[in-house]
Amino acid sequence: MTRMLKYVLQDVLRARFVLFYMVFMMAVTTILFQLDSDPAKVVMSLLNVVLLVVPLVSIVFTTIHYFNSYEFILLLMAQPINRKSVFLSQYAGVASSLCLSLLIGIGLPALAFGAATQVLPLINVGLFLTCIFVSLGFLASSLTRDKAKAIGIALLFWFYFTLIYDGILLWVIYAFNDYPLETPTLILTSLNPVDLARIMMLLSMDISALMGYTGAFFKDFFGSGFGILFSFAMMGLWVMWPLLLALRRFKKNDL
Amino acid sequence: MKIPVTIAFLFLIAFTIQAKKIVVSDNSLARVIASAKAGDTIWIKPGIYKTGNLLVTKSLVIIGEGLPTIDGEYKYEIFTVNVKNVTIKGLRLINTGTSSTLDYAAIKATGADDLKVIDNILINAYFGIHISNTSGAQIIGNKISRAQAASETAVGNAIHLWKSNHALIERNQVSGHRDGIYFEFVTNSVIKNNHSEKNMRYGLHFMFSNEDQYIENEFVNNGAGVAVMYSYAVNMIRNLFANNWGSSAYGLLLKDMRDSEVINNRFLNNTMGIYMEGSSRINFTKNEFSGNGYAIRMQASCDGNVFDQNNFEANTFDIATNGTMVLNKMEKNYWDKYEGYDLNKDGLGDTSYHPVNLYSMIVERVPVAILLWRSFMVFLIDRAEKNLPAITPENLLDSKPSMKPYDLLAKSN
Repeated sequence: MTRMLKYVLQDVLRARFVLFYMVFMMAVTTILFQLDSDPAKVVMSLLNVVLLVVPLVSIVFTTIHYFNSYEFILLLMAQPINRKSVFLSQYAGVASSLCLSLLIGIGLPALAFGAATQVLPLINVGLFLTCIFVSLGFLASSLTRDKAKAIGIALLFWFYFTLIYDGILLWVIYAFNDYPLETPTLILTSLNPVDLARIMMLLSMDISALMGYTGAFFKDFFGSGFGILFSFAMMGLWVMWPLLLALRRFKKNDL
Repeated sequence: MKIPVTIAFLFLIAFTIQAKKIVVSDNSLARVIASAKAGDTIWIKPGIYKTGNLLVTKSLVIIGEGLPTIDGEYKYEIFTVNVKNVTIKGLRLINTGTSSTLDYAAIKATGADDLKVIDNILINAYFGIHISNTSGAQIIGNKISRAQAASETAVGNAIHLWKSNHALIERNQVSGHRDGIYFEFVTNSVIKNNHSEKNMRYGLHFMFSNEDQYIENEFVNNGAGVAVMYSYAVNMIRNLFANNWGSSAYGLLLKDMRDSEVINNRFLNNTMGIYMEGSSRINFTKNEFSGNGYAIRMQASCDGNVFDQNNFEANTFDIATNGTMVLNKMEKNYWDKYEGYDLNKDGLGDTSYHPVNLYSMIVERVPVAILLWRSFMVFLIDRAEKNLPAITPENLLDSKPSMKPYDLLAKSN
C-alpha cells in the first residue's frame, strides 16, 4: 500500500496543479498580511477564502484526478491487490498532498509574519474541509462513469454546501421565527461541514459577543469539552461517511 | 461709616483665630471629631485608625498627612457627614461594612452643601462616596477601587450622587464597583477627566439628570459600558468609550434622552458603540467609531437625531435599525465601506451611502440568523440589496458621504 501511495503522490505532483494551489494560497495569505497588520482581520478575510476555495479546489481536483488515473487504477486491479487498499491509497495520496499544500500555503506566510498561533484554528478547519471535500469528490466520482457528469455532481455538492444549504437554513430560520430555534439550528448547522467550520471559527474569535443570546448559547455549547468533542466528531463523520459510501460502490462497481 | 467695617473685620479675625488646628495621632479621632467646633481643622498623622463610624455634624476640615488609613473593619460606615462646608482630604479609607439594607459608604454625605472630597484613596468600600441632597459638592482626584465582588448586588457604586446639583466630579479613578459613577436626579453638574474601568455594570450611570456635562472621561472595559437615560440637555464631549465587549455591553446606551450633544467622542472596540432607544434631537458630531460590532444600533423610536462628520471605520455593522421609518439625518460622515466616487472633487461622494446592511435588518428581526453571518450566501444577498435596496430603509442614507476620514484626534488635543 505504501508503494501505491508513493505512485499516487508522484502522479499528483506531476500534474503540478497542487503546486499551483500552494502558490496561490501563499500569494493570497501574503497579500492579505501586507494589506492589514491586524492578524485577527487577516484571519477573518482568509476564512472566506478557506470556506469557498478550499472545498471547491478539493472536490474538483479529486474528481479530475480520479478520472485521469482511471486507467492506472484499472491496471492495478489486474494485480493481486484488493480494491480497498487501491481506493484508500488513492484517497490518502490526494488528501495528503492537498492538506500539505494548504498547510504550507497558509502556514508559511503566517509564520513569516509572526501570526502562526492566530491562523492555527483556521488551518485546522481548512484541513478538515480538505479531507471532507476530497471524500465527497470520491463519492461524486463513484456515482458515475462519465467524467463530465462526475464534475457536475462535484460542483453540485459544492454549491449545495456553500450556498444552497445556507439559503434553506435561512428560510427555515425565518419561517419558524416564533419558536425557540437555538437547538434546531445547532443540529442543522452541524449537518453542513462548511457551516460547522464557519461557526467554529467565528466562535473562536471575539465576534461571538456580537451574536447576542444566540452567540452565547453556541459559545456555551462549542466552548464546553463535549461541544469540542462533538464538533470534531461531526467533522470526522463528514470525512468518513462519503468515503465509506464511495468505497462500497468502488468495491461493488464494475469498473 | 468706617467703624462698623472695622468692627466687622475684628469679628472676622476673632472668628478665624477661634478656628483651631487639632492634630490627631491616636485612636481619640472619633472623640476629637465629636468635640471639635465648626471651622476647626483636624490634622490626622500617619497611622492606622480603627475608630468605628465617624459622625461629622459640624463644618470641619479633615486632612490626612501622608495618607493615614482609617479602617472600617468590614463593619462600619467610615464618615457620615450631614452638615455643610466639610472638607475631607488626603485619607486612605478602607474596608467599610456591607449591608443589603443600609448603603454603607466610605464617605456618606446628606445635605452637605459644598462638600469637598479631595485626593483620597478608597479601597474595598461598599459604596465609595455616597452623596445625596447636596449642592456644590466637589469630588476631585480620588482613587476608588475594590476587590472583585461575587455579584452585582454584593457591591455598591464608587461615586453615587442622588438629588444633588452643581457637583463637580474631576480626575477620579474608579474601578471594581457596581457602577463607576452613578447620577440620579443630579442637575447642572460636571464630570470631567475621570477614568472608570472594570466596573461590574456601568462605567457611568445617569438617570433623570438634566443639564449636565461629561468631558474627557475614559470608560473602559466595564460590564455594560455607559448608560445615560431619561434626561435632557446633557453634553458628552471628548470621552473615550472602549473595549466594552460582551453580549449585552454598549459603549453608550441612550434611552429616552433628548436635546443633547455627543461631540468628539471615541467609540473603540465595543460590541455596540451606541445603542439608542426613544431618543430625540441629539446631535452626534465628529465622533470616531472604530472596530465596533455595531457602530450604532438605533431603534425606530428615535427621531430628529443628526449624525454629522463622524468617522465609521472597521465596524462589522455601521448602523442597525428595526424599522423602515426614518426620522433621523446623516450627512458628511466618513464610511470606510463607501464605494462611491467624487467627480467634482469637493471631498464629498456623488452617490449616497446606505449604512444599513440587509443582514443587520434580518438579524434585528430574527436574532438566530446571525449564525449565517459571513456565509457566502449572505454576502451575495447583501450585494444584491446594496445595488437594489428593497428591504433596507431606502431613506436612511448619507447623501453626501465624505471621501476621506476626518482627522478628529488633532482637534481634540
